Amino acid sequence: MPDDPIVATNDAPVPDEAPAPTGAPPEVLTNPSWQRVQLARHPKRPQALDYIERVFTGFEELHGDRFYGDDKATIGGFAYFEGRPVMVVAQQKGKDTKAKLFRNFGMPKPEGYRKAIRLMRLADKFGRPVISLIDTAGAFPGVDAEERGQAEAVAYNLREMSRLGCPVIAVVIGEGGSGGALALGVANRVYMLENAYYSVISPESCAAIIWRDSGKAPLAAEALKMTAQDLLGLKIIDGIVKEPAEGAQNDHDAAASALRETLKNALAELAPLDRQGLISDRYEKFRRMGNFFREETL
Amino acid sequence: MAWFTRQKPSVEDTPADAEKSVRTEGLWQKCEKCSQPIWRKTLEENLLVCTNCGHHFRIDATARLRMLFDEGKYEEHDAGLVSNDPLGFVDSRRYHERLDSMRSATNLPDAVISATGLLNGRRVHICALELKFIGGSMGAVVGEKITRAIERCITERIPLVIVSASGGARMQEGAISLMQLAKISAALMKLDEARVPYISVMTDPTTGGVTASFAMLGDMNVGEPGALIGFAGPRVIEQTIRQKLPEGFQRSEFLLDHGFLDAVVKRTELKNFLDRSIRFLAD
Ligand SMILES: [Zn+2]
Repeated sequence: MPDDPIVATNDAPVPDEAPAPTGAPPEVLTNPSWQRVQLARHPKRPQALDYIERVFTGFEELHGDRFYGDDKATIGGFAYFEGRPVMVVAQQKGKDTKAKLFRNFGMPKPEGYRKAIRLMRLADKFGRPVISLIDTAGAFPGVDAEERGQAEAVAYNLREMSRLGCPVIAVVIGEGGSGGALALGVANRVYMLENAYYSVISPESCAAIIWRDSGKAPLAAEALKMTAQDLLGLKIIDGIVKEPAEGAQNDHDAAASALRETLKNALAELAPLDRQGLISDRYEKFRRMGNFFREETL
Repeated sequence: MAWFTRQKPSVEDTPADAEKSVRTEGLWQKCEKCSQPIWRKTLEENLLVCTNCGHHFRIDATARLRMLFDEGKYEEHDAGLVSNDPLGFVDSRRYHERLDSMRSATNLPDAVISATGLLNGRRVHICALELKFIGGSMGAVVGEKITRAIERCITERIPLVIVSASGGARMQEGAISLMQLAKISAALMKLDEARVPYISVMTDPTTGGVTASFAMLGDMNVGEPGALIGFAGPRVIEQTIRQKLPEGFQRSEFLLDHGFLDAVVKRTELKNFLDRSIRFLAD
Protein backbone atom coordinates (compact mmCIF):
# COMPACT_ATOMS: atom_id res chain seq x y z
CA MET A 1 0.00 0.00 0.00
CA PRO A 2 2.80 2.55 0.46
CA ASP A 3 3.24 2.23 -3.27
CA ASP A 4 -0.47 2.41 -3.87
CA PRO A 5 -0.80 3.61 -7.44
CA ILE A 6 -3.47 6.16 -6.69
CA VAL A 7 -1.78 7.84 -3.76
CA ALA A 8 1.90 7.84 -3.98
CA THR A 9 2.84 11.47 -3.97
CA ASN A 10 5.88 10.35 -2.00
CA ASP A 11 7.52 10.25 -5.39
CA ALA A 12 10.88 10.96 -6.90
CA PRO A 13 11.54 14.41 -8.21
CA VAL A 14 12.56 14.36 -11.82
CA PRO A 15 15.90 16.03 -12.39
CA ASP A 16 15.74 18.72 -15.03
CA GLU A 17 16.26 17.81 -18.63
CA ALA A 18 14.19 14.70 -18.35
CA PRO A 19 13.81 13.33 -21.86
CA ALA A 20 10.97 14.86 -23.79
CA PRO A 21 7.97 12.56 -24.02
CA THR A 22 7.70 10.74 -27.27
CA GLY A 23 4.79 9.22 -29.02
CA ALA A 24 2.27 11.65 -27.59
CA PRO A 25 0.03 13.42 -30.08
CA PRO A 26 1.23 16.93 -31.01
CA GLU A 27 -1.72 18.73 -29.41
CA VAL A 28 -0.67 17.20 -26.11
CA LEU A 29 2.94 18.27 -26.44
CA THR A 30 1.90 21.81 -27.13
CA ASN A 31 -0.57 22.22 -24.30
CA PRO A 32 0.24 25.46 -22.45
CA SER A 33 0.82 23.78 -19.06
CA TRP A 34 3.42 21.45 -20.51
CA GLN A 35 5.11 24.25 -22.43
CA ARG A 36 5.52 26.12 -19.17
CA VAL A 37 6.99 23.06 -17.47
CA GLN A 38 9.52 22.90 -20.29
CA LEU A 39 10.36 26.57 -19.80
CA ALA A 40 10.61 26.12 -16.02
CA ARG A 41 13.28 23.47 -16.70
CA HIS A 42 14.94 25.28 -19.60
CA PRO A 43 18.74 24.82 -19.44
CA LYS A 44 19.30 28.53 -20.02
CA ARG A 45 16.69 29.70 -17.52
CA PRO A 46 18.08 32.07 -14.89
CA GLN A 47 18.75 30.35 -11.59
CA ALA A 48 18.81 31.72 -8.06
CA LEU A 49 22.37 33.04 -8.25
CA ASP A 50 21.55 34.89 -11.49
CA TYR A 51 18.76 36.73 -9.73
CA ILE A 52 20.81 37.30 -6.58
CA GLU A 53 23.57 39.05 -8.51
CA ARG A 54 21.09 41.21 -10.37
CA VAL A 55 18.52 42.04 -7.71
CA PHE A 56 20.68 42.37 -4.58
CA THR A 57 23.99 43.93 -3.70
CA GLY A 58 26.65 42.76 -1.28
CA PHE A 59 25.49 39.15 -1.10
CA GLU A 60 27.53 37.35 1.53
CA GLU A 61 26.96 33.61 1.52
CA LEU A 62 26.57 31.92 4.91
CA HIS A 63 27.08 28.19 5.20
CA GLY A 64 26.05 25.17 7.21
CA ASP A 65 23.26 23.81 9.35
CA ARG A 66 25.33 23.57 12.58
CA PHE A 67 24.41 19.89 12.83
CA TYR A 68 25.83 17.95 9.96
CA GLY A 69 27.05 19.83 6.93
CA ASP A 70 26.57 22.41 4.23
CA ASP A 71 24.01 21.51 1.60
CA LYS A 72 25.06 22.78 -1.81
CA ALA A 73 21.59 22.72 -3.36
CA THR A 74 20.51 25.28 -0.77
CA ILE A 75 22.19 28.64 -0.59
CA GLY A 76 21.68 31.48 1.82
CA GLY A 77 23.21 34.64 3.05
CA PHE A 78 22.68 38.30 3.71
CA ALA A 79 22.41 40.94 1.05
CA TYR A 80 20.98 44.37 0.39
CA PHE A 81 17.81 45.04 -1.51
CA GLU A 82 17.49 48.67 -2.56
CA GLY A 83 19.91 49.44 0.25
CA ARG A 84 17.91 47.51 2.83
CA PRO A 85 19.40 44.46 4.60
CA VAL A 86 17.63 41.18 3.83
CA MET A 87 18.30 37.47 4.27
CA VAL A 88 18.20 35.46 1.08
CA VAL A 89 17.57 31.69 1.04
CA ALA A 90 17.38 29.88 -2.25
CA GLN A 91 17.75 26.65 -4.16
CA GLN A 92 20.37 26.43 -6.88
CA LYS A 93 20.43 23.67 -9.51
CA GLY A 94 23.70 24.35 -11.24
CA LYS A 95 24.18 24.86 -14.97
CA ASP A 96 26.94 22.71 -16.44
CA THR A 97 27.41 19.06 -15.55
CA LYS A 98 30.02 19.77 -12.92
CA ALA A 99 27.90 22.40 -11.21
CA LYS A 100 24.82 20.20 -11.35
CA LEU A 101 26.63 17.38 -9.61
CA PHE A 102 28.01 19.84 -7.06
CA ARG A 103 24.50 21.18 -6.43
CA ASN A 104 22.92 17.69 -6.41
CA PHE A 105 20.70 18.96 -9.28
CA GLY A 106 19.08 21.39 -6.86
CA MET A 107 17.61 18.63 -4.71
CA PRO A 108 18.29 19.52 -1.08
CA LYS A 109 19.09 17.09 1.69
CA PRO A 110 17.94 17.65 5.28
CA GLU A 111 20.96 19.83 6.08
CA GLY A 112 19.76 22.24 3.37
CA TYR A 113 16.42 22.77 5.06
CA ARG A 114 18.13 23.07 8.44
CA LYS A 115 20.55 25.66 7.07
CA ALA A 116 17.68 27.61 5.58
CA ILE A 117 15.65 27.74 8.79
CA ARG A 118 18.75 28.65 10.78
CA LEU A 119 19.31 31.65 8.54
CA MET A 120 15.64 32.62 8.57
CA ARG A 121 15.65 32.60 12.37
CA LEU A 122 18.77 34.73 12.34
CA ALA A 123 16.92 37.19 10.13
CA ASP A 124 13.94 37.13 12.49
CA LYS A 125 16.16 37.80 15.50
CA PHE A 126 17.51 40.97 13.93
CA GLY A 127 14.33 42.02 12.20
CA ARG A 128 15.49 41.46 8.62
CA PRO A 129 13.06 40.37 5.92
CA VAL A 130 13.54 36.93 4.35
CA ILE A 131 13.50 36.54 0.58
CA SER A 132 13.15 32.93 -0.52
CA LEU A 133 13.80 31.84 -4.11
CA ILE A 134 12.39 28.38 -4.79
CA ASP A 135 13.68 26.20 -7.60
CA THR A 136 13.78 22.48 -6.99
CA ALA A 137 12.41 19.33 -8.56
CA GLY A 138 11.97 18.18 -4.97
CA ALA A 139 13.75 17.21 -1.78
CA PHE A 140 16.33 14.52 -2.51
CA PRO A 141 14.95 10.96 -2.23
CA GLY A 142 18.02 9.02 -1.12
CA VAL A 143 19.29 6.76 1.61
CA ASP A 144 21.40 9.43 3.31
CA ALA A 145 18.57 11.98 3.18
CA GLU A 146 16.19 9.50 4.82
CA GLU A 147 18.77 8.56 7.47
CA ARG A 148 19.17 12.19 8.42
CA GLY A 149 15.44 12.84 8.56
CA GLN A 150 14.31 14.45 5.33
CA ALA A 151 10.69 14.35 6.45
CA GLU A 152 11.49 15.86 9.84
CA ALA A 153 13.55 18.61 8.26
CA VAL A 154 10.74 19.62 5.90
CA ALA A 155 8.09 19.40 8.63
CA TYR A 156 10.15 21.45 11.04
CA ASN A 157 10.59 24.25 8.49
CA LEU A 158 6.86 24.36 7.78
CA ARG A 159 6.09 24.89 11.44
CA GLU A 160 8.99 27.20 12.23
CA MET A 161 8.52 29.45 9.18
CA SER A 162 4.99 30.07 10.42
CA ARG A 163 6.50 31.45 13.64
CA LEU A 164 8.88 33.97 12.07
CA GLY A 165 8.26 37.53 13.19
CA CYS A 166 9.87 39.12 10.13
CA PRO A 167 8.43 39.64 6.64
CA VAL A 168 8.87 36.52 4.49
CA ILE A 169 8.48 36.67 0.72
CA ALA A 170 8.78 33.53 -1.40
CA VAL A 171 9.05 33.35 -5.17
CA VAL A 172 8.98 30.15 -7.20
CA ILE A 173 11.46 31.03 -9.94
CA GLY A 174 11.49 27.67 -11.77
CA GLU A 175 10.37 24.36 -10.36
CA GLY A 176 8.28 24.19 -7.22
CA GLY A 177 8.56 20.48 -6.51
CA SER A 178 6.25 19.46 -3.68
CA GLY A 179 7.28 19.47 0.00
CA GLY A 180 10.87 20.21 -0.90
CA ALA A 181 9.72 23.53 -2.35
CA LEU A 182 7.09 24.32 0.25
CA ALA A 183 9.72 23.95 2.99
CA LEU A 184 11.03 27.36 1.87
CA GLY A 185 7.57 28.64 0.99
CA VAL A 186 5.59 29.42 4.14
CA ALA A 187 5.65 33.14 3.43
CA ASN A 188 3.51 36.25 3.85
CA ARG A 189 3.52 36.66 0.10
CA VAL A 190 4.06 33.88 -2.40
CA TYR A 191 4.69 34.63 -6.07
CA MET A 192 5.53 32.60 -9.11
CA LEU A 193 7.35 33.55 -12.24
CA GLU A 194 5.07 33.34 -15.24
CA ASN A 195 6.57 30.06 -16.48
CA ALA A 196 7.31 28.47 -13.14
CA TYR A 197 5.32 25.54 -11.84
CA TYR A 198 4.35 24.49 -8.32
CA SER A 199 2.96 21.03 -7.73
CA VAL A 200 2.34 18.25 -5.25
CA ILE A 201 3.94 15.75 -7.64
CA SER A 202 5.99 15.92 -10.83
CA PRO A 203 3.95 15.50 -14.01
CA GLU A 204 6.14 12.50 -14.95
CA SER A 205 5.43 10.66 -11.70
CA CYS A 206 1.77 11.55 -11.86
CA ALA A 207 1.54 10.17 -15.40
CA ALA A 208 3.42 7.04 -14.38
CA ILE A 209 0.89 6.49 -11.62
CA ILE A 210 -2.20 7.13 -13.70
CA TRP A 211 -1.30 5.76 -17.10
CA ARG A 212 1.79 3.71 -16.25
CA ASP A 213 3.49 5.92 -18.82
CA SER A 214 5.62 8.89 -17.85
CA GLY A 215 5.44 9.93 -21.52
CA LYS A 216 1.95 11.19 -20.78
CA ALA A 217 3.42 13.85 -18.48
CA PRO A 218 1.96 16.67 -20.61
CA LEU A 219 -1.53 15.43 -19.81
CA ALA A 220 -0.69 15.20 -16.12
CA ALA A 221 0.75 18.72 -16.17
CA GLU A 222 -2.59 19.98 -17.36
CA ALA A 223 -4.66 17.91 -14.92
CA LEU A 224 -2.60 18.90 -11.90
CA LYS A 225 -3.19 22.65 -12.44
CA MET A 226 0.37 23.54 -11.66
CA THR A 227 0.97 26.77 -13.58
CA ALA A 228 1.11 30.25 -12.06
CA GLN A 229 -2.22 31.13 -13.67
CA ASP A 230 -3.85 28.00 -12.24
CA LEU A 231 -2.53 28.62 -8.76
CA LEU A 232 -3.46 32.28 -8.76
CA GLY A 233 -6.99 31.17 -9.61
CA LEU A 234 -6.96 28.73 -6.70
CA LYS A 235 -5.67 31.53 -4.42
CA ILE A 236 -2.56 29.55 -3.58
CA ILE A 237 -0.26 32.34 -4.76
CA ASP A 238 -0.53 36.11 -4.50
CA GLY A 239 0.75 37.16 -7.87
CA ILE A 240 2.67 36.38 -11.04
CA VAL A 241 6.03 37.85 -12.00
CA LYS A 242 5.91 38.59 -15.69
CA GLU A 243 8.64 37.07 -17.82
CA PRO A 244 10.12 38.47 -21.03
CA ALA A 245 8.53 37.20 -24.23
CA GLU A 246 9.10 33.49 -24.80
CA GLY A 247 10.54 33.07 -21.32
CA ALA A 248 13.08 34.29 -18.80
CA GLN A 249 15.91 32.43 -20.54
CA ASN A 250 15.82 35.04 -23.30
CA ASP A 251 16.57 38.00 -21.08
CA HIS A 252 17.89 37.44 -17.58
CA ASP A 253 18.06 41.17 -16.85
CA ALA A 254 14.41 41.74 -17.73
CA ALA A 255 13.31 38.79 -15.60
CA ALA A 256 15.38 40.11 -12.71
CA SER A 257 13.93 43.59 -12.95
CA ALA A 258 10.39 42.19 -12.91
CA LEU A 259 11.32 40.22 -9.81
CA ARG A 260 12.75 43.37 -8.23
CA GLU A 261 9.48 45.24 -8.76
CA THR A 262 7.48 42.42 -7.18
CA LEU A 263 9.76 42.26 -4.14
CA LYS A 264 9.64 46.03 -3.74
CA ASN A 265 5.86 46.09 -3.71
CA ALA A 266 5.60 43.12 -1.38
CA LEU A 267 8.00 44.65 1.13
CA ALA A 268 6.04 47.90 1.01
CA GLU A 269 2.76 46.04 1.64
CA LEU A 270 4.23 44.27 4.65
CA ALA A 271 6.02 47.32 6.06
CA PRO A 272 3.14 48.49 8.31
CA LEU A 273 2.89 45.10 10.07
CA ASP A 274 4.63 44.48 13.38
CA ARG A 275 5.93 41.06 14.49
CA GLN A 276 2.56 39.79 15.65
CA GLY A 277 0.88 41.27 12.59
CA LEU A 278 3.29 39.44 10.29
CA ILE A 279 2.74 36.12 12.07
CA SER A 280 -1.04 36.52 11.94
CA ASP A 281 -0.98 37.65 8.32
CA ARG A 282 0.97 34.52 7.33
CA TYR A 283 -1.11 32.24 9.52
CA GLU A 284 -4.43 33.49 8.17
CA LYS A 285 -3.20 33.19 4.62
CA PHE A 286 -2.40 29.49 4.99
CA ARG A 287 -5.40 28.83 7.23
CA ARG A 288 -7.71 29.83 4.40
CA MET A 289 -5.83 27.84 1.82
CA GLY A 290 -7.67 25.13 -0.01
CA ASN A 291 -11.16 25.67 1.34
CA PHE A 292 -12.42 23.26 -1.27
CA PHE A 293 -14.98 21.16 0.50
CA ARG A 294 -18.60 21.32 1.40
CA GLU A 295 -20.11 20.72 4.77
CA GLU A 296 -23.01 18.32 4.81
CA THR A 297 -25.34 18.14 7.74
CA LEU A 298 -25.56 14.60 8.96
CA MET B 1 -13.70 -7.48 22.67
CA ALA B 2 -15.71 -4.35 22.27
CA TRP B 3 -13.04 -2.37 20.46
CA PHE B 4 -13.19 -4.51 17.40
CA THR B 5 -16.91 -5.09 16.96
CA ARG B 6 -18.21 -3.39 13.89
CA GLN B 7 -21.48 -1.55 13.66
CA LYS B 8 -20.78 -0.44 10.14
CA PRO B 9 -20.49 -2.84 7.22
CA SER B 10 -17.03 -4.28 7.03
CA VAL B 11 -14.82 -2.50 4.55
CA GLU B 12 -12.76 -5.66 4.23
CA ASP B 13 -15.29 -7.07 1.83
CA THR B 14 -14.47 -4.60 -0.90
CA PRO B 15 -12.09 -5.88 -3.51
CA ALA B 16 -10.00 -2.69 -3.74
CA ASP B 17 -7.00 -2.52 -1.42
CA ALA B 18 -8.12 -5.66 0.33
CA GLU B 19 -5.11 -7.83 -0.36
CA LYS B 20 -3.10 -6.65 2.62
CA SER B 21 -5.96 -6.18 5.02
CA VAL B 22 -7.14 -8.63 7.57
CA ARG B 23 -9.89 -10.96 6.54
CA THR B 24 -12.60 -11.14 9.10
CA GLU B 25 -14.18 -14.35 7.85
CA GLY B 26 -13.13 -17.65 9.28
CA LEU B 27 -12.01 -18.72 12.69
CA TRP B 28 -8.34 -18.88 11.84
CA GLN B 29 -6.07 -16.19 10.55
CA LYS B 30 -2.69 -16.88 9.05
CA CYS B 31 0.00 -14.40 10.15
CA GLU B 32 1.24 -12.52 7.08
CA LYS B 33 4.76 -12.43 8.56
CA CYS B 34 5.41 -15.83 10.18
CA SER B 35 2.57 -17.79 8.52
CA GLN B 36 1.47 -19.20 11.87
CA PRO B 37 -2.29 -19.78 11.99
CA ILE B 38 -3.83 -17.92 14.92
CA TRP B 39 -7.30 -18.27 16.27
CA ARG B 40 -9.18 -15.20 15.09
CA LYS B 41 -10.54 -14.38 18.54
CA THR B 42 -7.07 -14.61 20.10
CA LEU B 43 -5.72 -12.27 17.42
CA GLU B 44 -8.47 -9.73 18.04
CA GLU B 45 -7.97 -9.90 21.77
CA ASN B 46 -4.32 -9.17 21.11
CA LEU B 47 -5.28 -6.06 19.07
CA LEU B 48 -4.31 -7.74 15.79
CA VAL B 49 -0.74 -8.35 16.86
CA CYS B 50 0.54 -11.84 16.07
CA THR B 51 0.84 -13.84 19.28
CA ASN B 52 3.64 -15.87 17.73
CA CYS B 53 6.00 -13.30 16.17
CA GLY B 54 4.64 -9.92 17.31
CA HIS B 55 3.84 -8.75 13.78
CA HIS B 56 1.45 -5.79 13.80
CA PHE B 57 -1.36 -6.24 11.29
CA ARG B 58 -2.75 -3.07 9.79
CA ILE B 59 -5.96 -1.98 11.47
CA ASP B 60 -8.55 0.50 10.32
CA ALA B 61 -9.24 3.90 11.86
CA THR B 62 -12.46 2.84 13.55
CA ALA B 63 -10.78 -0.10 15.26
CA ARG B 64 -7.95 2.19 16.30
CA LEU B 65 -10.29 4.64 17.97
CA ARG B 66 -12.22 1.88 19.72
CA MET B 67 -8.95 0.49 20.98
CA LEU B 68 -7.78 3.80 22.46
CA PHE B 69 -10.95 5.35 23.86
CA ASP B 70 -12.44 4.02 27.09
CA GLU B 71 -15.10 1.41 26.36
CA GLY B 72 -14.52 2.14 22.68
CA LYS B 73 -16.77 5.20 22.89
CA TYR B 74 -16.09 8.53 21.20
CA GLU B 75 -17.75 11.55 19.64
CA GLU B 76 -16.92 12.23 16.02
CA HIS B 77 -16.28 15.77 14.71
CA ASP B 78 -16.59 17.42 11.29
CA ALA B 79 -17.90 14.21 9.76
CA GLY B 80 -19.90 16.25 7.25
CA LEU B 81 -16.87 17.63 5.40
CA VAL B 82 -16.57 16.23 1.90
CA SER B 83 -14.34 17.19 -1.03
CA ASN B 84 -15.84 19.12 -3.91
CA ASP B 85 -13.19 17.94 -6.38
CA PRO B 86 -11.63 21.38 -6.91
CA LEU B 87 -9.55 20.45 -9.96
CA GLY B 88 -12.16 18.29 -11.67
CA PHE B 89 -9.44 15.67 -11.68
CA VAL B 90 -9.65 12.60 -13.87
CA ASP B 91 -7.19 9.75 -13.55
CA SER B 92 -8.10 6.18 -14.41
CA ARG B 93 -11.54 7.36 -13.32
CA ARG B 94 -13.13 10.60 -12.23
CA TYR B 95 -11.99 11.72 -8.80
CA HIS B 96 -15.50 12.48 -7.60
CA GLU B 97 -16.57 8.97 -8.60
CA ARG B 98 -13.57 7.54 -6.82
CA LEU B 99 -14.58 9.50 -3.73
CA ASP B 100 -18.12 8.18 -3.95
CA SER B 101 -17.04 4.58 -4.18
CA MET B 102 -14.50 5.06 -1.37
CA ARG B 103 -17.24 6.54 0.80
CA SER B 104 -19.54 3.62 0.28
CA ALA B 105 -16.72 1.08 0.64
CA THR B 106 -15.37 2.52 3.89
CA ASN B 107 -18.48 4.22 5.23
CA LEU B 108 -16.27 7.24 5.92
CA PRO B 109 -16.56 10.71 4.36
CA ASP B 110 -12.78 10.97 3.81
CA ALA B 111 -9.47 9.56 5.01
CA VAL B 112 -9.53 10.73 8.62
CA ILE B 113 -11.80 10.29 11.62
CA SER B 114 -11.59 13.15 14.10
CA ALA B 115 -12.88 12.21 17.54
CA THR B 116 -12.94 13.20 21.19
CA GLY B 117 -13.50 10.90 24.12
CA LEU B 118 -11.93 9.61 27.28
CA LEU B 119 -8.56 7.89 27.49
CA ASN B 120 -8.19 6.34 30.93
CA GLY B 121 -10.71 8.89 32.16
CA ARG B 122 -9.07 11.95 30.58
CA ARG B 123 -10.64 13.84 27.68
CA VAL B 124 -8.40 13.70 24.59
CA HIS B 125 -8.74 14.41 20.88
CA ILE B 126 -7.65 11.63 18.55
CA CYS B 127 -7.46 11.86 14.77
CA ALA B 128 -6.95 8.51 13.05
CA LEU B 129 -6.15 8.26 9.37
CA GLU B 130 -7.81 5.56 7.29
CA LEU B 131 -5.39 3.90 4.92
CA LYS B 132 -8.18 2.24 2.95
CA PHE B 133 -9.56 5.60 1.88
CA ILE B 134 -7.37 6.47 -1.15
CA GLY B 135 -4.31 5.30 0.75
CA GLY B 136 -4.97 7.56 3.72
CA SER B 137 -4.02 10.47 1.49
CA MET B 138 -4.41 14.08 2.58
CA GLY B 139 -6.42 16.57 0.58
CA ALA B 140 -8.41 19.62 1.65
CA VAL B 141 -10.85 17.64 3.82
CA VAL B 142 -8.19 15.81 5.81
CA GLY B 143 -6.26 19.08 6.14
CA GLU B 144 -9.28 20.97 7.38
CA LYS B 145 -10.43 18.28 9.80
CA ILE B 146 -7.02 18.00 11.40
CA THR B 147 -6.64 21.79 11.56
CA ARG B 148 -10.04 22.10 13.23
CA ALA B 149 -9.05 19.36 15.67
CA ILE B 150 -5.92 21.32 16.58
CA GLU B 151 -7.98 24.48 17.06
CA ARG B 152 -10.41 22.59 19.27
CA CYS B 153 -7.50 21.31 21.36
CA ILE B 154 -6.24 24.87 21.81
CA THR B 155 -9.66 26.23 22.78
CA GLU B 156 -10.56 23.38 25.12
CA ARG B 157 -6.97 22.72 26.23
CA ILE B 158 -7.20 18.99 25.62
CA PRO B 159 -4.28 16.83 24.43
CA LEU B 160 -4.05 15.81 20.79
CA VAL B 161 -3.09 12.41 19.41
CA ILE B 162 -2.81 11.80 15.68
CA VAL B 163 -2.47 8.22 14.48
CA SER B 164 -1.06 8.29 10.96
CA ALA B 165 -1.40 5.69 8.21
CA SER B 166 -0.94 7.39 4.87
CA GLY B 167 0.89 7.49 1.56
CA GLY B 168 1.10 11.28 1.72
CA ALA B 169 -0.59 14.18 -0.01
CA ARG B 170 -3.50 13.40 -2.33
CA MET B 171 -2.50 13.74 -5.96
CA GLN B 172 -6.05 14.35 -7.16
CA GLU B 173 -6.21 17.71 -5.37
CA GLY B 174 -2.86 18.94 -6.67
CA ALA B 175 -1.25 21.92 -4.95
CA ILE B 176 -4.29 22.24 -2.68
CA SER B 177 -3.17 19.02 -1.02
CA LEU B 178 0.36 20.33 -0.78
CA MET B 179 -0.82 23.47 1.01
CA GLN B 180 -2.46 21.34 3.70
CA LEU B 181 1.04 20.46 4.92
CA ALA B 182 1.67 24.13 5.64
CA LYS B 183 -1.80 24.79 7.02
CA ILE B 184 -1.61 21.97 9.58
CA SER B 185 2.01 22.70 10.51
CA ALA B 186 1.14 26.35 11.15
CA ALA B 187 -1.77 25.28 13.37
CA LEU B 188 0.67 23.03 15.24
CA MET B 189 2.83 26.09 15.83
CA LYS B 190 -0.16 27.59 17.67
CA LEU B 191 -0.72 24.38 19.62
CA ASP B 192 2.95 24.42 20.55
CA GLU B 193 2.72 28.03 21.76
CA ALA B 194 -0.41 27.15 23.75
CA ARG B 195 1.59 24.33 25.41
CA VAL B 196 -1.07 21.75 24.75
CA PRO B 197 0.44 18.24 24.36
CA TYR B 198 0.51 16.56 20.96
CA ILE B 199 1.63 12.98 20.47
CA SER B 200 2.15 11.63 16.97
CA VAL B 201 1.76 7.90 16.43
CA MET B 202 3.10 6.59 13.14
CA THR B 203 1.78 3.27 11.90
CA ASP B 204 2.43 1.21 8.79
CA PRO B 205 2.83 3.02 6.42
CA THR B 206 3.45 6.72 7.06
CA THR B 207 5.18 8.41 4.13
CA GLY B 208 5.33 11.52 1.95
CA GLY B 209 3.62 14.74 2.92
CA VAL B 210 2.09 13.30 6.08
CA THR B 211 5.48 12.38 7.50
CA ALA B 212 6.86 15.68 6.21
CA SER B 213 4.31 17.67 8.19
CA PHE B 214 2.24 16.77 11.26
CA ALA B 215 3.52 13.22 11.81
CA MET B 216 7.05 14.45 12.60
CA LEU B 217 5.92 17.43 14.68
CA GLY B 218 4.71 15.75 17.87
CA ASP B 219 5.94 16.71 21.31
CA MET B 220 6.60 12.99 21.20
CA ASN B 221 6.84 10.99 17.99
CA VAL B 222 6.33 7.27 18.31
CA GLY B 223 6.06 4.40 15.86
CA GLU B 224 4.43 1.01 15.95
CA PRO B 225 6.92 -1.87 15.60
CA GLY B 226 7.92 -2.55 12.02
CA ALA B 227 6.00 0.40 10.56
CA LEU B 228 7.33 1.88 7.32
CA ILE B 229 8.03 5.57 7.99
CA GLY B 230 9.75 7.84 5.51
CA PHE B 231 9.69 10.81 3.20
CA ALA B 232 10.24 9.15 -0.16
CA GLY B 233 8.76 5.71 -0.69
CA PRO B 234 11.24 2.81 -0.78
CA ARG B 235 10.48 1.99 -4.42
CA VAL B 236 11.33 5.55 -5.40
CA ILE B 237 14.62 5.45 -3.51
CA GLU B 238 15.52 2.14 -5.12
CA GLN B 239 14.90 3.69 -8.52
CA THR B 240 17.10 6.66 -7.61
CA ILE B 241 20.06 4.71 -6.26
CA ARG B 242 19.50 1.68 -8.51
CA GLN B 243 20.09 -0.85 -5.79
CA LYS B 244 18.09 -2.78 -3.28
CA LEU B 245 17.52 -1.18 0.11
CA PRO B 246 18.79 -2.99 3.19
CA GLU B 247 16.37 -4.98 5.33
CA GLY B 248 14.70 -2.78 7.92
CA PHE B 249 15.41 0.52 6.10
CA GLN B 250 12.76 3.15 6.96
CA ARG B 251 11.17 0.92 9.58
CA SER B 252 10.32 2.23 13.05
CA GLU B 253 13.38 0.62 14.61
CA PHE B 254 15.60 2.25 11.95
CA LEU B 255 14.12 5.66 12.72
CA LEU B 256 14.60 5.09 16.43
CA ASP B 257 18.27 4.25 15.82
CA HIS B 258 18.71 7.38 13.74
CA GLY B 259 17.14 9.60 16.38
CA PHE B 260 13.78 10.40 14.81
CA LEU B 261 11.43 8.57 17.15
CA ASP B 262 11.04 8.95 20.89
CA ALA B 263 9.95 5.34 21.19
CA VAL B 264 8.73 2.29 19.35
CA VAL B 265 5.57 1.30 21.17
CA LYS B 266 3.77 -2.01 20.82
CA ARG B 267 0.09 -1.70 20.05
CA THR B 268 -0.81 -3.56 23.21
CA GLU B 269 1.13 -0.91 25.20
CA LEU B 270 0.00 2.12 23.22
CA LYS B 271 -2.95 3.23 25.30
CA ASN B 272 -0.98 3.13 28.51
CA PHE B 273 2.00 4.82 26.87
CA LEU B 274 -0.24 7.68 25.72
CA ASP B 275 -1.77 7.93 29.18
CA ARG B 276 1.62 8.10 30.91
CA SER B 277 3.00 10.62 28.40
CA ILE B 278 0.00 12.90 28.55
CA ARG B 279 0.02 12.73 32.33
CA PHE B 280 3.68 13.75 32.36
CA LEU B 281 3.08 16.64 29.97
CA ALA B 282 -0.27 17.93 31.16
CA ASP B 283 -0.71 17.29 34.89
ZN1 LIG C 1 3.38 -13.87 13.16
